[in-house]
Amino acid sequence: MDVQHHTPWHEYFGFSLDHKVIGIQYLVTGFFFYLVGGTLAGMIRVELVTPLSDFMARDTYNQVLTLHGTIMIFLWIVPVVNGAFGNYLVPFYVGARDMAFPRLNAVAFWMLPPAGFLLLSSYFIGGAAQSGWTAYPPLSITTPAVGQMIWIMSVLLLGGSSIFGAVNFIATILKLRRPGLGLFQLPMFCWAMLGTSVLVVLATPVLAGALILLSMDIVAGTGFFNPALGGNAVVYQHLFWFYSHPAVYIMVLPAFGLVSEILPIHARKPLFGYRSMIYSILGIVFLGLIVWAHHMFTSGTPPWMRLFFTIATAIIAVPTGIKFFNWLATLWQGKLALNSALLFCCGFIFNFVFGGITGVALAQVPFDVHVHDTYFVVAHFHYIVFGGTVFVIFAAIYHWFPKMSGRLLNEHLGRLHCLLSFLGFNICFFPQHWLGLNGMPRRVAEYDPQFQLINQISSVGALLLAISTLPFLINVVWSAWKGAPAGDNPWRACTTEWLTSSPPPVENWLREAPLVTEPYDYGSVEDAMPVTTVRGRELWSAGR
Amino acid sequence: MPIPASVLTLAAGILLALVSLWVGQNINLMPVAAADDAATVDALFKVLLSIGVGLLLGITAMLVVALVHFRRRPGDHLDGPAVEGNLPLEIFWTAVPAIVILMLGVYSYDIYARMGGMADFNHHTSMPPPEVEQASLGNPADPETVIWGGIDRAEGMAFPVEVTAMQFAFIFHYPQQNFTTGELHLPLGQPVELQLKSNDVIHAFWVPEFRLKQDVIPGQPTVLSFTANRQGDYDIICAELCGPYHGGMRSKVVVEDSRSFEEWLIRNTPATVATAPDSSQTA
Repeated sequence: MDVQHHTPWHEYFGFSLDHKVIGIQYLVTGFFFYLVGGTLAGMIRVELVTPLSDFMARDTYNQVLTLHGTIMIFLWIVPVVNGAFGNYLVPFYVGARDMAFPRLNAVAFWMLPPAGFLLLSSYFIGGAAQSGWTAYPPLSITTPAVGQMIWIMSVLLLGGSSIFGAVNFIATILKLRRPGLGLFQLPMFCWAMLGTSVLVVLATPVLAGALILLSMDIVAGTGFFNPALGGNAVVYQHLFWFYSHPAVYIMVLPAFGLVSEILPIHARKPLFGYRSMIYSILGIVFLGLIVWAHHMFTSGTPPWMRLFFTIATAIIAVPTGIKFFNWLATLWQGKLALNSALLFCCGFIFNFVFGGITGVALAQVPFDVHVHDTYFVVAHFHYIVFGGTVFVIFAAIYHWFPKMSGRLLNEHLGRLHCLLSFLGFNICFFPQHWLGLNGMPRRVAEYDPQFQLINQISSVGALLLAISTLPFLINVVWSAWKGAPAGDNPWRACTTEWLTSSPPPVENWLREAPLVTEPYDYGSVEDAMPVTTVRGRELWSAGR
Repeated sequence: MPIPASVLTLAAGILLALVSLWVGQNINLMPVAAADDAATVDALFKVLLSIGVGLLLGITAMLVVALVHFRRRPGDHLDGPAVEGNLPLEIFWTAVPAIVILMLGVYSYDIYARMGGMADFNHHTSMPPPEVEQASLGNPADPETVIWGGIDRAEGMAFPVEVTAMQFAFIFHYPQQNFTTGELHLPLGQPVELQLKSNDVIHAFWVPEFRLKQDVIPGQPTVLSFTANRQGDYDIICAELCGPYHGGMRSKVVVEDSRSFEEWLIRNTPATVATAPDSSQTA
């Protein structure tokens, strides 16, 4: 492939319609906000080094924790696992030259930076929102209105962006598949994105509705959620969690999909249990929509609801467990390349299993009544979204950076990054379980002095996490500039994004889109495949 | 002769089960238990801890063994075996977790029902005096009198205390004695019923040693009934973000034997009401 069609650098700063450019735009923008949100997390951990509220003002602390949660969810994890990797990979996997609606795709991305800077600006004009990322009324109605309204505007924009993206993914996966490519021949990431996008389309409008009603309570004096005017504050919680519990799966399912792509390649084995992986995704999507009230076991919900939501919540562990057993079986007897991508995936498996176990515990109402709204919950969801999804994001960056840039990342720095992240993460969040069990509530700037030592250990872990990003940043900047050339297919992979140059041309493939009906065609039994299947490895060797 | 893999697996499984049972029974992560149902919650937690430790250790061990044993040796460019699935194995690891999860659900439902979490709150709203009913005809289901949720043993003889939460304090009113304090005193071994109301935003009443927490919601009264069974002072902690001083919103609950509790009640009861027991004493 001699015709190298390079994307000019300024296209990455403009209204590009190329799904690969948009994917990288999402990734870089998201990572910028990750650094902002991480700095805010650092401020929280500094405040909690001492039991007194002595590092920042109390209302500033609440602004910081609100911004931290909102930024990490809506500007880092959701846009990166969906927007960045979804955009980059889905057209490749379905054999298309771009997304179904390229212009809508660009619009969805360009809603992100304004929304992010709008959110950050609120801190400088009268103070950011201070009612947490959950924005429960009546607190969100009684705290300063400007910050809260800007928060609502920003989240509405981000939710809109998310819906645009989801519509595009559904259309692309269902309608833009290359002729001859069946749904049950797609790489698992496409199924994950399909499931996620269905969740986004069904659940996000409910959040938008809740936030619009909330904004009317704030600026127009209505009383939807304001008990002083006869409103019902708990209804907001139902509407909020109807989106925000599926949001956990919106953050986690694409990560599951990415792991299913990365592990078989570096383990040199087919993905174990392809069909059961798909059914698990569908099961998680369905169950994910009917578990929201487990966030409200102490909110005065009726007893039947607690029973129903306990069982529904716990049952989600079954399809989730299937996925983890399948991944372990994929690794088992493989030829594991212990590179950064695979090690980050293994870190993800450990962390997510840990977070899943505490999740099943939290589903049990009598136990949840004790630890709800404590640091136990803080530890639990960081094990899911940080130890889970963020570890997968890093694994995916190590895996696809060669394709995106044409250069390999440095493996020594990568493994150092992985080790520091794993240690820092677990030192930071493991002790927080004990804090919650023993009486430290979440979202506090001051705490009982008996918890000081454990909080300090947790803060040391946070410091280590901050340090862990340095080798990564050095690695990315250095490798993009001077890294070893990756070649088309450094991992000897079978999926279609590797059957083209690195970086790929605008049209993705210079020739006809390759048809790969066996995306996990690894393994040493050469004749096991029926003759009619099209094998990525043959296309790859034919193209060379 | 090498030991067969099945024997090794069995031995590892037994060892894993023993270790996780030991951890569940012997590692105490909870604060002291000071209410009747706290011990049952702790028993549930021990079961969860055992299962969790077993699962985590098992999966971590498999992960580590895979990383060490199946790592790619230098110069090895071959693939692993092309195993795409194993239906009996997949059915096994779907069914076993499903059964464990359902059993856990039944177990925790049973505990929660015994604690009073599944109580019907209707008895609280029943039978207002006829004249009151007349007066509130325009608003038959006044949200201020309906109990919206909570934990209620429905024993009817529980000692009532009205708890009001506001930014950033809890206030306790003893309706039978008609006085208000900033420190909750409770009788040892006697059922009590806290009736919780909020004046401004949502708070949560949490005493870690009782293993009990209930949101205090403006416009939606809730209840929390339990029996304290261990003397001592415990912290009451607000667990729902309620504003800048949320972290400082704490109070104290004193659990004392019935004699000290009665004395404390009498000491605090306003003079007009307190004359009755005083005069009987002097007579």
